[in-house]
Amino acid sequence: MNLAVEMAGVRLKNPVLTASGTFGYGLEFAAYGDLTALGGIVVKGLSWEPRKGNPMPRVAETPCGMLNAIGLQNIGVHRFVEEKLPLLPWAEVPVIANLYACDVTDFARLAEYLAEQEGVAALEVNISCPNVQAGGILFGQDPGQAARVTRAVKDRAGTKPVIVKLSPNVTDITAVAKAAADGGADILALINTLSGMAVDVRNRRPRLANVIGGLSGPAIKPVGLRCVYQVSRAVDLPIIGLGGIASAENVLEYILVGAWAVQVGTANFLRPDMAFRIAAELPLLLDELGVSSWDEFRGALRA
Amino acid sequence: MPDNTLMAADAASSPVCREFTVMELRRTGPESGSPAHSPVGPDQSHWLLDLDLTAGFPGDAGWTPGQFVMLRPVSWSFELLWARPFSICMLESGVLRLFFQVVGRGTRAMSALRPGDRVVAWGPLGQGFALEPETSTLLLAGGIGLAPFIGYARRHPQPEKLRLFFGHRPEVAEYPLDLLPQEMPMEASRQTCAEELACFVDDLERRIKEYAARQGLILACGPHPFLRAVQGLAMKHRARAQLSLENRMACGVGACLGCVTETTNQTLPVKVCTQGPVFWAGDVHLGGEA
Repeated sequence: MNLAVEMAGVRLKNPVLTASGTFGYGLEFAAYGDLTALGGIVVKGLSWEPRKGNPMPRVAETPCGMLNAIGLQNIGVHRFVEEKLPLLPWAEVPVIANLYACDVTDFARLAEYLAEQEGVAALEVNISCPNVQAGGILFGQDPGQAARVTRAVKDRAGTKPVIVKLSPNVTDITAVAKAAADGGADILALINTLSGMAVDVRNRRPRLANVIGGLSGPAIKPVGLRCVYQVSRAVDLPIIGLGGIASAENVLEYILVGAWAVQVGTANFLRPDMAFRIAAELPLLLDELGVSSWDEFRGALRA
Repeated sequence: MPDNTLMAADAASSPVCREFTVMELRRTGPESGSPAHSPVGPDQSHWLLDLDLTAGFPGDAGWTPGQFVMLRPVSWSFELLWARPFSICMLESGVLRLFFQVVGRGTRAMSALRPGDRVVAWGPLGQGFALEPETSTLLLAGGIGLAPFIGYARRHPQPEKLRLFFGHRPEVAEYPLDLLPQEMPMEASRQTCAEELACFVDDLERRIKEYAARQGLILACGPHPFLRAVQGLAMKHRARAQLSLENRMACGVGACLGCVTETTNQTLPVKVCTQGPVFWAGDVHLGGEA
């Protein structure tokens, strides 16, 4: 079948994207597969100024998952545009910039600068990173704040579609999803990491220097599926599903509950060719299941 | 799932990710051949793991001693999520040999591998040690930090220019010293108490001072406190020294930013997996407690 997906004017050759923070600036994975075989590349979260991130240790392995509190270490948006973007095959695969800021003004100037870049296909707004104390969590947990920041980005994004990435660390994710839609979001991406922690009883220390971090990996897939299912029934916007995807079958699980596309995140760490393998495996599985089109399969859960 | 061949085997400096087959796993040391769950305990057993690389991996010319591979047994499913990083101990004649110690859940599970088991491995990764054929070079190994120096000494065109000083806590028989070239002089020193450790640090200083005076090269690999001691002494005596760090890693390819270290010359923390694991001693801040 034809694997292509079009959302808010962004054309993907297949629905398999990579998740921000798990795929570097894309170039780190070029040795392990053909970047242009992916549906899209979402790069590491970008802030206006470079950020050093949190103290070490900032990753910990947990059963079927991991915790991270990287703290948005990144080279800053200008170095990304000057040094990384020109090396990416953006004419052949959509490159999506992930924006991170601590206030609305910063989000707006990031959006304005990135929207001017020809190689950037869309803007993904991180309103849900739980790691930085002064950070995005407030936007993601409050519908009013979420609407406000979405509007600020959308106003500066020109023709570039705006993706709002939602946090699952809320009582009702559909309330924030609706707020983002009201603020002008073109696409919703969900879910970001779940807030969590791990401790060591031998030395009585937290396993992350930041104490609290974001849980990701196969352990959170049931939560991601539930959130996509709920939001797809509450909001009339295309959804990118993510959370624990590690196989083509997992991709179809998300599409079955209503996602248009997906992002492969932590699984990129399990082996660096993971996203490429999933993209290659997907048409074979669709054939096996006799799926004829995305329109027929998407959201077709018999619940 | 199709096995996509992503890179030709002769692509010298490009890393590859493939599935490989376990040829042999053998325990080193006096209880060689005994089962993994012996009374020696989880943090004592040492193992040599041989992987068949004929399925495609950069050959002899395609790696530098001090580089590493990420390894993840297929059988782990998702329970253990990350691959584990290991120095390349030997890469000769289509066989990748790793030398590892059981220190946690991952290496414990690895000690149960059997011939024929499949593992995913990617590499060679990172920046290896400097190799200066004409320079007198002192290799400082602490415990399992011996692993990269086996390959280093075997690859060195003039092993008689090398000298290995090896500190260890477990019995010396745990370590496969027979793999080292005979032309290389070596001394092993065991530390089982604080007094012996203090003597060892004195010995380290004497040797570092000597190699600093003769413009030699010093390379070190071992536990964090050992590297901090070597770094301090190398700075004190203005020695040319490189340290191989072994930070926890999730991906090994520069994406997760979990393994970073602070340096003296960069604003942002640098990735140990891609910019290291080998650094000049003066370039890197070794944080944490000794």
